[in-house]
Amino acid sequence: MADTISLQVIRYRPESETEPTTQEYTVPFRKEWVVLDALNYIKDQIDGTLSFRWSCRMGICGSCGMMVNGEPKLTCATFLADYAPNPVRVEPLTNFPIVRDLVIEMSDFMRKLPRVKPWIVRDQEKPLSEGEYRQTPEELDEYKQYSMCINCLLCYAACPVYGLDPHFMGPAAIALAQRYNLDTRDEGSKERMEELSQHEGIWGCTFVGECTAVCPKHVDPAGAIQRYKLSAAMDWFKSFLMPWGKK
Amino acid sequence: MNETPIYTEYHPRWYRRRVSTYWWLERSSYLLFILRELSSAFIAWFVVFTLLGIRAVKLGPDSYQAYLNWAASPFLIIVNLVTLFFVVLHAATWFNLAPKAMVVHWRGRKVPGEWIAYANYGAWAVASLVIALILLI
Amino acid sequence: MAKRTIEPLLWTLFSAGGVIAALFIPIQLLLFGVVFPLGLAEAPSRERMLGLIGHPLTRLYLFVMCTMALLHAAHRFRFTLYDGLQIKHLNELINLFCYGGAIVLSIWTLVLLWHIP
Repeated sequence: MADTISLQVIRYRPESETEPTTQEYTVPFRKEWVVLDALNYIKDQIDGTLSFRWSCRMGICGSCGMMVNGEPKLTCATFLADYAPNPVRVEPLTNFPIVRDLVIEMSDFMRKLPRVKPWIVRDQEKPLSEGEYRQTPEELDEYKQYSMCINCLLCYAACPVYGLDPHFMGPAAIALAQRYNLDTRDEGSKERMEELSQHEGIWGCTFVGECTAVCPKHVDPAGAIQRYKLSAAMDWFKSFLMPWGKK
Repeated sequence: MNETPIYTEYHPRWYRRRVSTYWWLERSSYLLFILRELSSAFIAWFVVFTLLGIRAVKLGPDSYQAYLNWAASPFLIIVNLVTLFFVVLHAATWFNLAPKAMVVHWRGRKVPGEWIAYANYGAWAVASLVIALILLI
Repeated sequence: MAKRTIEPLLWTLFSAGGVIAALFIPIQLLLFGVVFPLGLAEAPSRERMLGLIGHPLTRLYLFVMCTMALLHAAHRFRFTLYDGLQIKHLNELINLFCYGGAIVLSIWTLVLLWHIP
Protein backbone atom coordinates (compact mmCIF):
# COMPACT_ATOMS: atom_id res chain seq x y z
CA MET A 1 0.00 0.00 0.00
CA ALA A 2 1.27 3.45 -0.91
CA ASP A 3 2.54 5.52 2.00
CA THR A 4 1.27 8.82 0.63
CA ILE A 5 -2.07 10.04 -0.66
CA SER A 6 -2.93 13.06 -2.73
CA LEU A 7 -5.46 15.66 -1.61
CA GLN A 8 -7.03 18.03 -4.14
CA VAL A 9 -8.15 20.98 -2.07
CA ILE A 10 -10.22 23.91 -3.25
CA ARG A 11 -8.49 27.21 -2.50
CA TYR A 12 -10.14 30.60 -2.66
CA ARG A 13 -8.18 33.67 -1.65
CA PRO A 14 -10.51 36.62 -2.15
CA GLU A 15 -7.72 39.18 -1.85
CA SER A 16 -5.94 37.80 -4.90
CA GLU A 17 -8.35 35.50 -6.76
CA THR A 18 -11.71 36.07 -8.40
CA GLU A 19 -12.66 32.41 -8.30
CA PRO A 20 -11.64 29.21 -6.55
CA THR A 21 -8.74 27.10 -7.77
CA THR A 22 -7.60 23.58 -6.95
CA GLN A 23 -4.35 22.90 -5.13
CA GLU A 24 -2.86 19.45 -4.80
CA TYR A 25 -1.05 18.32 -1.67
CA THR A 26 0.65 15.02 -0.96
CA VAL A 27 0.29 13.85 2.62
CA PRO A 28 1.33 10.67 4.44
CA PHE A 29 -1.25 7.93 4.20
CA ARG A 30 -2.16 6.32 7.49
CA LYS A 31 -5.08 3.99 7.78
CA GLU A 32 -6.36 5.61 10.99
CA TRP A 33 -6.31 9.10 9.47
CA VAL A 34 -9.46 10.95 8.58
CA VAL A 35 -9.65 13.74 5.99
CA LEU A 36 -9.46 16.31 8.78
CA ASP A 37 -6.15 14.80 9.97
CA ALA A 38 -4.78 15.20 6.46
CA LEU A 39 -5.97 18.84 6.34
CA ASN A 40 -4.33 19.51 9.70
CA TYR A 41 -1.13 17.91 8.44
CA ILE A 42 -1.19 20.30 5.47
CA LYS A 43 -1.86 23.26 7.73
CA ASP A 44 0.95 22.33 10.16
CA GLN A 45 3.61 20.95 7.82
CA ILE A 46 3.04 22.12 4.26
CA ASP A 47 0.95 25.26 3.87
CA GLY A 48 -0.10 27.33 6.85
CA THR A 49 -2.34 29.54 4.72
CA LEU A 50 -5.02 26.86 4.17
CA SER A 51 -8.22 27.84 5.99
CA PHE A 52 -10.90 25.46 7.25
CA ARG A 53 -13.16 25.08 10.27
CA TRP A 54 -12.88 22.31 12.81
CA SER A 55 -13.11 21.83 16.51
CA CYS A 56 -13.96 18.62 18.33
CA ARG A 57 -12.67 15.88 15.95
CA MET A 58 -15.38 13.55 17.25
CA GLY A 59 -18.51 14.30 15.25
CA ILE A 60 -20.35 16.47 17.73
CA CYS A 61 -19.38 20.11 17.09
CA GLY A 62 -20.62 20.05 13.50
CA SER A 63 -18.02 22.48 12.18
CA CYS A 64 -15.86 20.37 9.85
CA GLY A 65 -18.47 19.63 7.17
CA MET A 66 -16.99 19.68 3.64
CA MET A 67 -17.57 18.05 0.30
CA VAL A 68 -15.37 14.97 0.03
CA ASN A 69 -15.33 13.65 -3.53
CA GLY A 70 -18.59 15.50 -4.11
CA GLU A 71 -20.43 14.17 -1.05
CA PRO A 72 -21.19 16.30 2.01
CA LYS A 73 -19.25 14.72 4.88
CA LEU A 74 -17.98 15.44 8.35
CA THR A 75 -14.25 15.35 7.60
CA CYS A 76 -13.53 14.11 11.12
CA ALA A 77 -15.47 10.92 10.36
CA THR A 78 -14.34 10.30 6.78
CA PHE A 79 -11.36 7.98 6.53
CA LEU A 80 -8.69 8.37 3.89
CA ALA A 81 -8.53 4.59 3.69
CA ASP A 82 -11.99 4.56 2.10
CA TYR A 83 -10.64 6.51 -0.88
CA ALA A 84 -7.00 5.37 -1.16
CA PRO A 85 -5.14 5.00 -3.38
CA ASN A 86 -7.18 7.51 -5.41
CA PRO A 87 -6.78 11.21 -4.69
CA VAL A 88 -9.34 12.79 -2.37
CA ARG A 89 -11.05 15.96 -3.51
CA VAL A 90 -11.99 18.34 -0.70
CA GLU A 91 -14.32 21.27 -1.40
CA PRO A 92 -16.30 23.69 0.73
CA LEU A 93 -19.96 22.72 1.31
CA THR A 94 -22.08 23.49 -1.72
CA ASN A 95 -25.08 25.84 -1.70
CA PHE A 96 -23.25 28.34 0.54
CA PRO A 97 -21.04 31.26 -0.46
CA ILE A 98 -17.32 30.66 0.13
CA VAL A 99 -15.56 33.03 2.51
CA ARG A 100 -12.08 31.59 2.03
CA ASP A 101 -10.73 28.18 0.97
CA LEU A 102 -12.94 25.61 2.71
CA VAL A 103 -14.78 28.08 4.94
CA ILE A 104 -18.40 28.78 4.04
CA GLU A 105 -20.67 31.65 4.98
CA MET A 106 -23.58 30.33 7.08
CA SER A 107 -25.36 33.49 8.23
CA ASP A 108 -28.36 32.54 6.15
CA PHE A 109 -28.93 29.44 8.28
CA MET A 110 -28.20 31.35 11.48
CA ARG A 111 -30.94 33.84 10.58
CA LYS A 112 -33.42 31.12 9.67
CA LEU A 113 -32.95 28.94 12.72
CA PRO A 114 -34.43 31.31 15.34
CA ARG A 115 -37.43 31.94 13.07
CA VAL A 116 -38.72 28.43 13.81
CA LYS A 117 -38.26 28.94 17.57
CA PRO A 118 -36.17 25.85 18.30
CA TRP A 119 -36.72 25.99 22.03
CA ILE A 120 -39.53 25.03 24.39
CA VAL A 121 -42.35 27.53 24.14
CA ARG A 122 -44.86 27.68 27.00
CA ASP A 123 -48.01 29.76 27.18
CA GLN A 124 -47.48 29.90 30.89
CA GLU A 125 -44.46 28.65 32.78
CA LYS A 126 -45.23 26.31 35.64
CA PRO A 127 -44.21 27.79 38.99
CA LEU A 128 -40.95 26.33 40.29
CA SER A 129 -42.71 24.91 43.33
CA GLU A 130 -44.72 22.53 41.13
CA GLY A 131 -41.53 20.81 40.08
CA GLU A 132 -40.17 19.78 36.74
CA TYR A 133 -41.98 18.90 33.52
CA ARG A 134 -42.07 15.15 33.47
CA GLN A 135 -41.90 12.99 30.41
CA THR A 136 -42.07 9.26 29.82
CA PRO A 137 -39.40 7.41 27.82
CA GLU A 138 -42.01 6.86 25.08
CA GLU A 139 -42.65 10.60 24.90
CA LEU A 140 -38.92 11.21 24.69
CA ASP A 141 -38.62 8.68 21.86
CA GLU A 142 -41.09 10.69 19.79
CA TYR A 143 -38.63 13.52 19.22
CA LYS A 144 -35.25 12.18 20.33
CA GLN A 145 -34.09 11.39 16.82
CA TYR A 146 -34.66 15.00 15.70
CA SER A 147 -32.86 16.37 18.74
CA MET A 148 -29.58 14.78 17.62
CA CYS A 149 -28.98 17.54 15.05
CA ILE A 150 -25.56 19.21 15.37
CA ASN A 151 -26.22 21.98 12.81
CA CYS A 152 -23.39 20.77 10.59
CA LEU A 153 -25.28 21.90 7.45
CA LEU A 154 -24.50 18.76 5.46
CA CYS A 155 -28.23 18.51 4.76
CA TYR A 156 -28.27 22.01 3.29
CA ALA A 157 -25.35 21.13 1.05
CA ALA A 158 -27.20 18.00 -0.13
CA CYS A 159 -30.52 19.77 -0.73
CA PRO A 160 -31.06 20.86 -4.34
CA VAL A 161 -34.19 22.78 -3.33
CA TYR A 162 -32.11 24.97 -1.02
CA GLY A 163 -29.49 25.37 -3.72
CA LEU A 164 -32.11 26.51 -6.21
CA ASP A 165 -34.13 28.67 -3.84
CA PRO A 166 -32.15 30.05 -0.89
CA HIS A 167 -35.40 31.34 0.63
CA PHE A 168 -36.29 27.73 1.44
CA MET A 169 -36.15 27.18 5.19
CA GLY A 170 -34.14 24.00 4.71
CA PRO A 171 -33.93 20.54 6.27
CA ALA A 172 -32.25 21.08 9.65
CA ALA A 173 -34.38 24.07 10.66
CA ILE A 174 -37.62 22.22 9.87
CA ALA A 175 -36.43 19.04 11.63
CA LEU A 176 -35.59 21.13 14.70
CA ALA A 177 -39.01 22.78 14.60
CA GLN A 178 -40.51 19.30 14.51
CA ARG A 179 -38.27 18.24 17.41
CA TYR A 180 -40.00 20.85 19.60
CA ASN A 181 -43.47 20.29 18.15
CA LEU A 182 -43.29 16.64 19.18
CA ASP A 183 -42.09 17.48 22.68
CA THR A 184 -44.90 17.08 25.23
CA ARG A 185 -43.59 20.06 27.21
CA ASP A 186 -43.89 22.41 24.25
CA GLU A 187 -46.85 24.59 23.30
CA GLY A 188 -45.32 26.52 20.40
CA SER A 189 -46.40 24.46 17.39
CA LYS A 190 -48.92 27.08 16.30
CA GLU A 191 -46.31 29.84 16.23
CA ARG A 192 -43.91 27.62 14.30
CA MET A 193 -46.64 26.68 11.85
CA GLU A 194 -47.09 30.35 10.93
CA GLU A 195 -43.49 30.45 9.79
CA LEU A 196 -43.37 27.03 8.20
CA SER A 197 -46.72 26.90 6.43
CA GLN A 198 -45.41 29.48 3.96
CA HIS A 199 -44.31 28.34 0.55
CA GLU A 200 -40.66 28.75 1.57
CA GLY A 201 -41.34 26.68 4.67
CA ILE A 202 -42.34 23.08 4.23
CA TRP A 203 -44.12 23.31 0.87
CA GLY A 204 -40.98 24.04 -1.10
CA CYS A 205 -39.61 20.58 -0.23
CA THR A 206 -39.99 18.05 -3.04
CA PHE A 207 -38.74 15.12 -0.95
CA VAL A 208 -35.46 14.49 -2.72
CA GLY A 209 -34.48 12.73 0.49
CA GLU A 210 -30.75 13.47 0.25
CA CYS A 211 -30.78 15.43 3.52
CA THR A 212 -31.61 12.21 5.34
CA ALA A 213 -29.07 10.21 3.33
CA VAL A 214 -26.15 12.49 4.25
CA CYS A 215 -27.08 13.22 7.89
CA PRO A 216 -24.24 11.99 10.13
CA LYS A 217 -26.60 11.88 13.13
CA HIS A 218 -29.49 9.98 11.49
CA VAL A 219 -31.88 12.84 12.15
CA ASP A 220 -34.05 12.14 9.06
CA PRO A 221 -35.04 15.72 8.17
CA ALA A 222 -36.88 14.50 5.05
CA GLY A 223 -39.19 12.41 7.22
CA ALA A 224 -39.71 15.32 9.60
CA ILE A 225 -40.75 17.58 6.72
CA GLN A 226 -43.24 15.06 5.30
CA ARG A 227 -44.79 14.54 8.74
CA TYR A 228 -44.99 18.29 9.09
CA LYS A 229 -46.77 18.58 5.75
CA LEU A 230 -49.34 16.01 6.84
CA SER A 231 -50.13 17.83 10.08
CA ALA A 232 -50.14 21.22 8.32
CA ALA A 233 -52.61 19.88 5.77
CA MET A 234 -54.87 18.57 8.54
CA ASP A 235 -54.69 21.93 10.30
CA TRP A 236 -55.57 23.66 7.07
CA PHE A 237 -58.67 21.52 6.56
CA LYS A 238 -59.71 22.00 10.16
CA SER A 239 -59.46 25.78 9.96
CA PHE A 240 -61.20 25.71 6.59
CA LEU A 241 -64.09 23.52 7.69
CA MET A 242 -64.38 25.06 11.13
CA PRO A 243 -63.36 28.71 10.83
CA TRP A 244 -65.14 29.37 14.12
CA GLY A 245 -62.81 26.93 15.88
CA LYS A 246 -60.29 28.35 18.25
CA LYS A 247 -57.49 30.29 16.58
CA MET B 1 -29.77 34.69 0.68
CA ASN B 2 -32.49 36.97 1.85
CA GLU B 3 -30.48 40.09 2.37
CA THR B 4 -27.68 41.75 0.52
CA PRO B 5 -24.57 40.55 2.29
CA ILE B 6 -22.56 43.06 4.22
CA TYR B 7 -18.99 42.91 3.03
CA THR B 8 -16.27 43.60 5.52
CA GLU B 9 -12.52 43.91 5.14
CA TYR B 10 -12.18 40.31 6.29
CA HIS B 11 -14.28 38.80 3.61
CA PRO B 12 -14.43 41.39 0.90
CA ARG B 13 -15.71 39.08 -1.81
CA TRP B 14 -17.58 35.92 -1.03
CA TYR B 15 -17.59 33.51 -3.87
CA ARG B 16 -21.09 32.43 -4.82
CA ARG B 17 -21.53 29.25 -6.80
CA ARG B 18 -24.41 28.77 -9.14
CA VAL B 19 -26.42 25.56 -9.29
CA SER B 20 -25.89 23.93 -12.66
CA THR B 21 -28.97 23.52 -14.86
CA TYR B 22 -28.02 19.86 -15.06
CA TRP B 23 -27.60 19.43 -11.28
CA TRP B 24 -29.77 16.34 -11.41
CA LEU B 25 -27.06 14.54 -13.38
CA GLU B 26 -24.47 15.12 -10.67
CA ARG B 27 -25.49 12.28 -8.38
CA SER B 28 -27.31 9.02 -9.02
CA SER B 29 -29.75 9.80 -6.21
CA TYR B 30 -30.60 13.13 -7.87
CA LEU B 31 -31.14 11.36 -11.18
CA LEU B 32 -33.48 8.86 -9.55
CA PHE B 33 -35.31 11.80 -7.98
CA ILE B 34 -35.83 13.61 -11.27
CA LEU B 35 -36.97 10.37 -12.96
CA ARG B 36 -39.43 9.84 -10.10
CA GLU B 37 -40.75 13.37 -10.58
CA LEU B 38 -40.96 12.89 -14.36
CA SER B 39 -43.33 9.98 -13.76
CA SER B 40 -45.98 12.70 -13.39
CA ALA B 41 -45.91 13.36 -17.14
CA PHE B 42 -46.42 9.66 -17.85
CA ILE B 43 -49.31 9.45 -15.40
CA ALA B 44 -50.94 12.31 -17.28
CA TRP B 45 -50.35 10.41 -20.54
CA PHE B 46 -51.98 7.30 -19.07
CA VAL B 47 -55.09 9.30 -18.18
CA VAL B 48 -55.30 10.69 -21.72
CA PHE B 49 -54.79 7.18 -23.17
CA THR B 50 -57.58 5.87 -20.91
CA LEU B 51 -59.95 8.71 -21.75
CA LEU B 52 -59.41 8.07 -25.47
CA GLY B 53 -60.31 4.45 -24.80
CA ILE B 54 -63.51 5.39 -22.99
CA ARG B 55 -64.38 7.71 -25.84
CA ALA B 56 -63.79 4.92 -28.38
CA VAL B 57 -66.02 2.53 -26.42
CA LYS B 58 -68.72 5.16 -26.32
CA LEU B 59 -68.54 5.93 -30.07
CA GLY B 60 -69.13 2.36 -31.23
CA PRO B 61 -67.58 -0.99 -32.18
CA ASP B 62 -65.59 0.44 -35.11
CA SER B 63 -64.03 3.16 -32.99
CA TYR B 64 -63.21 0.66 -30.26
CA GLN B 65 -61.51 -1.64 -32.79
CA ALA B 66 -59.60 1.33 -34.21
CA TYR B 67 -58.49 2.21 -30.69
CA LEU B 68 -57.27 -1.36 -30.07
CA ASN B 69 -55.40 -1.34 -33.40
CA TRP B 70 -53.86 2.02 -32.56
CA ALA B 71 -52.76 0.74 -29.18
CA ALA B 72 -51.18 -2.27 -30.93
CA SER B 73 -49.02 -0.13 -33.23
CA PRO B 74 -45.31 -0.50 -32.46
CA PHE B 75 -44.92 3.18 -31.59
CA LEU B 76 -47.73 3.10 -29.02
CA ILE B 77 -46.46 -0.14 -27.52
CA ILE B 78 -43.04 1.44 -27.01
CA VAL B 79 -44.59 4.58 -25.54
CA ASN B 80 -46.68 2.49 -23.16
CA LEU B 81 -43.74 0.28 -22.16
CA VAL B 82 -41.81 3.41 -21.20
CA THR B 83 -44.90 4.68 -19.39
CA LEU B 84 -45.19 1.36 -17.57
CA PHE B 85 -41.60 1.73 -16.36
CA PHE B 86 -42.36 5.18 -15.00
CA VAL B 87 -45.67 4.31 -13.32
CA VAL B 88 -44.07 1.31 -11.62
CA LEU B 89 -41.21 3.58 -10.54
CA HIS B 90 -43.82 5.96 -9.15
CA ALA B 91 -45.62 3.18 -7.29
CA ALA B 92 -42.46 1.66 -5.81
CA THR B 93 -40.98 4.99 -4.69
CA TRP B 94 -44.35 6.10 -3.38
CA PHE B 95 -44.85 3.02 -1.24
CA ASN B 96 -41.27 3.12 0.02
CA LEU B 97 -41.56 6.76 1.07
CA ALA B 98 -45.06 6.54 2.52
CA PRO B 99 -43.85 5.52 6.02
CA LYS B 100 -41.85 8.78 6.20
CA ALA B 101 -44.96 10.94 6.17
CA MET B 102 -47.25 8.53 7.97
CA VAL B 103 -46.32 7.62 11.48
CA VAL B 104 -48.87 5.18 12.80
CA HIS B 105 -49.28 4.39 16.46
CA TRP B 106 -50.79 1.13 17.59
CA ARG B 107 -51.41 0.58 21.29
CA GLY B 108 -49.05 3.38 22.23
CA ARG B 109 -46.20 2.08 20.11
CA LYS B 110 -44.84 3.32 16.80
CA VAL B 111 -45.55 0.87 14.01
CA PRO B 112 -42.24 0.13 12.22
CA GLY B 113 -41.97 1.92 8.88
CA GLU B 114 -41.39 -1.31 6.96
CA TRP B 115 -44.77 -2.64 8.04
CA ILE B 116 -46.48 0.40 6.56
CA ALA B 117 -44.57 -0.11 3.32
CA TYR B 118 -45.51 -3.81 3.27
CA ALA B 119 -49.15 -2.91 3.88
CA ASN B 120 -48.95 -0.59 0.87
CA TYR B 121 -47.43 -3.30 -1.31
CA GLY B 122 -50.12 -5.69 -0.12
CA ALA B 123 -52.85 -3.24 -1.07
CA TRP B 124 -51.18 -2.79 -4.46
CA ALA B 125 -51.20 -6.53 -5.07
CA VAL B 126 -54.86 -6.85 -4.08
CA ALA B 127 -55.96 -3.87 -6.19
CA SER B 128 -54.03 -5.17 -9.21
CA LEU B 129 -55.47 -8.65 -8.81
CA VAL B 130 -59.04 -7.38 -8.58
CA ILE B 131 -58.68 -5.18 -11.67
CA ALA B 132 -56.97 -7.98 -13.62
CA LEU B 133 -59.73 -10.44 -12.72
CA ILE B 134 -62.45 -8.00 -13.76
CA LEU B 135 -60.83 -7.31 -17.12
CA LEU B 136 -59.59 -10.80 -17.96
CA ILE B 137 -62.58 -12.94 -17.00
CA MET C 1 -51.13 36.43 10.90
CA ALA C 2 -49.84 33.92 8.40
CA LYS C 3 -50.75 34.41 4.79
CA ARG C 4 -53.42 32.01 3.64
CA THR C 5 -51.99 29.64 1.11
CA ILE C 6 -53.64 26.83 -0.79
CA GLU C 7 -50.45 24.73 -0.78
CA PRO C 8 -51.93 22.38 1.88
CA LEU C 9 -54.91 21.66 -0.38
CA LEU C 10 -52.71 21.11 -3.43
CA TRP C 11 -50.41 18.86 -1.46
CA THR C 12 -53.30 16.81 -0.08
CA LEU C 13 -54.67 16.31 -3.59
CA PHE C 14 -51.16 15.45 -4.77
CA SER C 15 -50.80 12.85 -2.04
CA ALA C 16 -54.21 11.30 -2.44
CA GLY C 17 -53.73 11.23 -6.21
CA GLY C 18 -50.31 9.67 -5.73
CA VAL C 19 -51.76 6.81 -3.72
CA ILE C 20 -54.54 6.21 -6.24
CA ALA C 21 -52.14 6.38 -9.18
CA ALA C 22 -49.70 3.98 -7.50
CA LEU C 23 -52.39 1.45 -6.61
CA PHE C 24 -54.45 1.36 -9.79
CA ILE C 25 -52.53 2.65 -12.78
CA PRO C 26 -49.74 0.06 -13.25
CA ILE C 27 -52.09 -2.90 -13.74
CA GLN C 28 -54.45 -1.02 -16.05
CA LEU C 29 -51.57 0.20 -18.16
CA LEU C 30 -50.01 -3.26 -18.20
CA LEU C 31 -53.25 -4.71 -19.56
CA PHE C 32 -54.38 -2.02 -22.00
CA GLY C 33 -50.95 -0.79 -23.03
CA VAL C 34 -48.98 -4.03 -23.25
CA VAL C 35 -50.86 -7.30 -22.67
CA PHE C 36 -53.86 -6.69 -24.97
CA PRO C 37 -51.91 -4.95 -27.78
CA LEU C 38 -49.31 -7.75 -27.84
CA GLY C 39 -52.09 -10.33 -27.97
CA LEU C 40 -50.99 -12.02 -24.72
CA ALA C 41 -54.63 -11.97 -23.68
CA GLU C 42 -57.76 -10.99 -25.50
CA ALA C 43 -59.06 -7.49 -24.93
CA PRO C 44 -62.61 -7.33 -23.54
CA SER C 45 -65.24 -6.93 -26.23
CA ARG C 46 -66.91 -3.58 -26.82
CA GLU C 47 -70.15 -4.83 -25.21
CA ARG C 48 -68.25 -5.99 -22.15
CA MET C 49 -66.44 -2.65 -21.90
CA LEU C 50 -69.67 -0.74 -22.34
CA GLY C 51 -71.29 -2.81 -19.63
CA LEU C 52 -68.35 -2.18 -17.33
CA ILE C 53 -68.05 1.54 -17.94
CA GLY C 54 -71.82 1.96 -17.85
CA HIS C 55 -71.98 0.76 -14.25
CA PRO C 56 -72.31 3.74 -11.89
CA LEU C 57 -69.60 2.43 -9.57
CA THR C 58 -67.11 2.04 -12.42
CA ARG C 59 -67.94 5.51 -13.60
CA LEU C 60 -67.38 6.91 -10.16
CA TYR C 61 -64.11 4.98 -9.91
CA LEU C 62 -62.91 6.18 -13.31
CA PHE C 63 -63.79 9.78 -12.50
CA VAL C 64 -62.00 9.76 -9.15
CA MET C 65 -59.00 7.87 -10.53
CA CYS C 66 -58.58 10.18 -13.53
CA THR C 67 -59.06 13.51 -11.77
CA MET C 68 -56.94 12.60 -8.77
CA ALA C 69 -54.15 11.22 -10.97
CA LEU C 70 -54.27 14.43 -13.03
CA LEU C 71 -54.09 16.69 -9.98
CA HIS C 72 -51.25 14.58 -8.64
CA ALA C 73 -49.37 14.80 -11.91
CA ALA C 74 -50.00 18.56 -12.24
CA HIS C 75 -48.57 19.29 -8.80
CA ARG C 76 -45.51 17.14 -9.28
CA PHE C 77 -44.84 18.36 -12.78
CA ARG C 78 -45.02 21.93 -11.56
CA PHE C 79 -42.18 21.28 -9.13
CA THR C 80 -40.26 19.28 -11.75
CA LEU C 81 -40.32 22.36 -13.96
CA TYR C 82 -39.24 24.58 -11.06
CA ASP C 83 -36.33 22.38 -10.04
CA GLY C 84 -35.29 20.62 -13.20
CA LEU C 85 -35.26 23.63 -15.48
CA GLN C 86 -34.84 26.42 -12.91
CA ILE C 87 -37.72 28.43 -14.31
CA LYS C 88 -39.48 29.37 -11.10
CA HIS C 89 -39.82 32.95 -12.35
CA LEU C 90 -42.40 31.66 -14.84
CA ASN C 91 -44.49 30.67 -11.82
CA GLU C 92 -47.89 31.89 -13.07
CA LEU C 93 -47.45 30.37 -16.51
CA ILE C 94 -46.41 27.01 -15.05
CA ASN C 95 -49.34 26.97 -12.63
CA LEU C 96 -51.74 27.79 -15.43
CA PHE C 97 -50.30 25.05 -17.63
CA CYS C 98 -50.19 22.36 -14.92
CA TYR C 99 -53.34 22.92 -12.87
CA GLY C 100 -55.25 24.41 -15.81
CA GLY C 101 -54.44 21.35 -17.90
CA ALA C 102 -55.52 19.03 -15.08
CA ILE C 103 -58.82 20.88 -14.69
CA VAL C 104 -59.56 20.88 -18.44
CA LEU C 105 -58.87 17.15 -18.68
CA SER C 106 -60.97 16.52 -15.55
CA ILE C 107 -63.91 18.32 -17.15
CA TRP C 108 -63.44 16.20 -20.26
CA THR C 109 -63.48 13.09 -18.05
CA LEU C 110 -66.75 14.22 -16.47
CA VAL C 111 -68.37 14.95 -19.84
CA LEU C 112 -67.21 11.63 -21.32
CA LEU C 113 -68.46 9.56 -18.40
CA TRP C 114 -71.70 11.52 -18.27
CA HIS C 115 -72.52 10.62 -21.86
CA ILE C 116 -71.88 6.90 -21.62
CA PRO C 117 -75.21 5.28 -22.48
